[in-house]
Amino acid sequence: MQLYRVPVQIIPRPGILDPQGAAVAGALRSLGFDTIADIRVGRFITVDVNAASAADATSAVRSMCEKLLANPVIEDFVLEEPTLQQGGQS
Amino acid sequence: MKFGVVTFPGSNGDYDACHAAADAIGRECVYLWHKDHDLKGCDVIVLPGGFSYGDYLRPGAIARFSPIMNEVVVHAKRGAPVLAICNGFQVACEAGLLPGALLRNASLRFVSRLVTMRVENDSSMFTHEYYKGQILSVPVAHGDGRYTADPDVVARLEGEGRVAFRYSSTGGDVSDEDNINGSVNGIAGIINAAGNVLGMMPHPERAVDPVIGSTDGLGVFHSLLDGVTA
Amino acid sequence: MSEVLPRPGDPEITAALVREHGLTESEFERICNMLGRTPTFTELGIVSALWNEHCSYKHSRNTLRTLPTEGAAVIQGPGENAGVVAIGDGVAIAFKIESHNHPSAIEPYQGAATGVGGILRDVFTMGARPIAMLNSLRFGSLDSARNRYLFAGVVKGIGDYGNSVGVPTVAGEIVFDSAYDGNPLVNAMCVGMLREDELIRAKAEGVGNPILCVGARTGRDGIHGASFASEDLSEASEAKRPRVQVGDPFTEKLLLEASLELIRSGHIVAIQDMGAAGLTSSSAEMAARGDVGVTIDTSRVPVREAGMTPYEILLSESQERMLVVALEGHEQQVREILFKWDLTAEVIGKVIQEPVYRVTEGDRIVAEFPGSALVTECPRYDVPAEEGREAIARRSIDVAATKELAAESDPTWTLLQLLAAPTIASKRWAYQQYDSTVRTNTVIGPGGDAAVLRVRGTDRAIALKTDCNGRYVTLDPRVGGRIAVVESARNVACTGARPLAITNCLNFGNPTRPEIFFQFKEAVAGIREACIALDTPVTGGNVSFYNESPTGSVHPTPVIGMLGVIDSLEHITRSTFRNAGDVIVLLGDCTDEIGGSEYLATIHGAIGGAPPACDLDHERDLIATLLEAIRAGVVASAHDCSDGGLAIAVAECIMADPGKMFGADIDLGAWDSLSLRAVLFGEAQGRVVISSGEADRVLEIAARNGVPARVIGTVTELAEGLTIRAGGRVLKIGTEQAAAAYHEAIPRIMDAAPQSAAIEETEGVKV
Repeated sequence: MQLYRVPVQIIPRPGILDPQGAAVAGALRSLGFDTIADIRVGRFITVDVNAASAADATSAVRSMCEKLLANPVIEDFVLEEPTLQQGGQS
Repeated sequence: MKFGVVTFPGSNGDYDACHAAADAIGRECVYLWHKDHDLKGCDVIVLPGGFSYGDYLRPGAIARFSPIMNEVVVHAKRGAPVLAICNGFQVACEAGLLPGALLRNASLRFVSRLVTMRVENDSSMFTHEYYKGQILSVPVAHGDGRYTADPDVVARLEGEGRVAFRYSSTGGDVSDEDNINGSVNGIAGIINAAGNVLGMMPHPERAVDPVIGSTDGLGVFHSLLDGVTA
Repeated sequence: MSEVLPRPGDPEITAALVREHGLTESEFERICNMLGRTPTFTELGIVSALWNEHCSYKHSRNTLRTLPTEGAAVIQGPGENAGVVAIGDGVAIAFKIESHNHPSAIEPYQGAATGVGGILRDVFTMGARPIAMLNSLRFGSLDSARNRYLFAGVVKGIGDYGNSVGVPTVAGEIVFDSAYDGNPLVNAMCVGMLREDELIRAKAEGVGNPILCVGARTGRDGIHGASFASEDLSEASEAKRPRVQVGDPFTEKLLLEASLELIRSGHIVAIQDMGAAGLTSSSAEMAARGDVGVTIDTSRVPVREAGMTPYEILLSESQERMLVVALEGHEQQVREILFKWDLTAEVIGKVIQEPVYRVTEGDRIVAEFPGSALVTECPRYDVPAEEGREAIARRSIDVAATKELAAESDPTWTLLQLLAAPTIASKRWAYQQYDSTVRTNTVIGPGGDAAVLRVRGTDRAIALKTDCNGRYVTLDPRVGGRIAVVESARNVACTGARPLAITNCLNFGNPTRPEIFFQFKEAVAGIREACIALDTPVTGGNVSFYNESPTGSVHPTPVIGMLGVIDSLEHITRSTFRNAGDVIVLLGDCTDEIGGSEYLATIHGAIGGAPPACDLDHERDLIATLLEAIRAGVVASAHDCSDGGLAIAVAECIMADPGKMFGADIDLGAWDSLSLRAVLFGEAQGRVVISSGEADRVLEIAARNGVPARVIGTVTELAEGLTIRAGGRVLKIGTEQAAAAYHEAIPRIMDAAPQSAAIEETEGVKV
């Protein structure tokens, strides 16, 4: 087993209202950032997971997202490539 | 003495603060619109409770860029009183009027109840009507009230007597059990170095009338009225 | 009529498509006859939204019509966004309760939050400033991780939305019963205040007046949410998740302030929330009320997503939007008020002379209906009603023969079990997440018999309460309906308030099943009888059918939202004891009834027997007695006796307020001829526990009103604990031990056990 770090981005699904994104975009526009077209605010999570391979790490984190980390009603998630960490269990 | 209460989009404690100033201590009170640049000659500025800009991003983060905040900061720099309650406390921290920040409650849940807190400073322009060690019953209603700051900032606050109120038991003991949101040292309210900005999570403006359960918040308003520090 | 042609890309109208829209063959024929042709896809969508149960009340309207709706105080009865009653001094109260059960079953946080948002808009569109929220919640057993997840999510959703908007949540009730597994009930009630002359109605008027869309932009949220609310919950609805809307309390707060400013400005003639079925329902209803024609151009509606079709724009349930009819020529002033609050307003149509409901997309007509036929021609059904065999069988069970458990030989054991039963236990875990003090009017907040709010600028206060015992309604819907009304009336009367009027939220199963429709008709009949007896007219409400999950339907739950008025702040009375030494009086009488009780449910896992009898004349006299005694200044505290019976009521009086606890010495020897468990835990109706420094005067007032009353004990100091003498036994328990059972039950469950969104295997049989 090795320790992998899997970063996860969780973002509001397309078409789902994102009140936070809208409020932040409005505030930035009023500060003069008038090139903003849209802002969506989500969450960024890193999961360190023990797995036999990068593929296993990804698959474990995917199932965590489906079960708990993301709310499938309103959120999508994107898994980034796992990176090997120091200190994994052997 | 004239009170001005800032209405940010999403403020909801502005009405209570104005009623406290007008009904409870009989002083003129006006609402100050966040888009204006005019404090309308007010002597005391109140940054009220609520959810300015929905508390989106971070509580207070967006409101502190409101046009009127330029004037509020100038007012504070001049040494004039600013009373920052609940969401107003969060705005004041984001705006740099007070040190530190307010994080999610340790319970991760919104907490609305009557709390007891101990008066720690009885000499500021906001608190000289109280006596040190006095126990006050005042409502809280917040989700992000866990006060935090760098250890040296906290040490300075404590050393300089700038902790105004601390969550406590009805007997005045300070323990984790009575620390309703997990604030460092049970801090419920702090004062800036110049002594003219008070930030607090509990709501003194909701404790000014016996009909609604407590009058322990009146001291803050009466202290301001007297104007002189002990 | 102009020519309406299908839009390019519209699906063909087939029998399957009609079915998918929840319309029956005969309803489809009705549409074709009304139009004289086959409807377009857009028209089909419009009709399906308006004629579904949620908007049309097609199965309930004929029954609802039997309810009393008039009274001296009623300014606006059913049919508007909210009911309005006068409370004196020129002040009026607008109030309404509404369900958001199905969205909350799918996504508890957003479902509950948007439920709060919707009912808030119903109240402030009457011109009233929202001053209080209540909620009536039902969940399955907290033994299940899914139910804990639903409970936690709903509570957080209610709290986050109401707290942010700045309206205090002051009262409500939460019941846990496995009958609600898989189908929780989330009913939210909003109460607003206005001056009588500030009332505005949602009635389109004035040919030529522009119609504006105000507030948030329109997205593809919750399309066909209204039809969704009228389906049984099933595995299939899990797949329909994307329909759930997201609430934005920040925009709501801006919309609230902007709408009140708009209404007071005199620039508008009507305003209505775009709630269920969105733009379609709001525009059609406003036109029908005003008896005028309207035309709406969907291409002018501000949208959040590109490429939205008229069908989607009309049926979108995006939140925080309003439809406004402005005075012609005042569009700019309307825009300026909204701009001040960072909101937009677009003219999307106008009021026209021609009696027609017309929707265009630019110049193309995409839908057109004659007159107000869409609303008035909606079918109404009188379906068969027959009591189910199971209900009859349950009611016939001889519950008095239920064998006692061995542990019951010690009644303190039973008392502690009941105090810790989640339905009875303190709900502080939930209501501490609700801001109950903002706006500084809350005199009695959550945890009392009813909430009390002062009316600023007067010496008056209002009292508010929601109530319903679904078990009683299951066992005998007529008696259960009566009890829902009288219990909420007793609750407000305990605070010193005269019951004034009600709103109701009728949660039932599938009305096309005769046993369900029987429950509905009978419960409404019971509500009618009680409302007439107590002179509390019905000012509006909401019907929620199809509350069923794969394992069965919920307990029929007609929730009553009661409004009472306290004529002087001096009369405000609390439920917990005030002074040691006061004498405790029971108004009303004990009986041998234990049917439908919390005792049977908690201790024996049984729902059976007849619910307690409800004598409406007695209830009226009891309330009169209570109010007379309170006004005479001889009542220190008053607490309604309900779930768990007299022993629980007394225990609550000594320790429900942890800041001010007492003991009590009680003697119930007068009822030694009855069974001990019925005396302690039976739920006989028409009873109130009073503490008084002048008990003789209480007894004298009761006697004059023909209400049984008896001294049952004395309030003692906290250290004395609770002693109850009954049936030759002496029951003793420390106040703090009782308090721990009562206050810590729900936190212990919620803080320790995991929550899970996953739907568990269902087990067991349901009622």
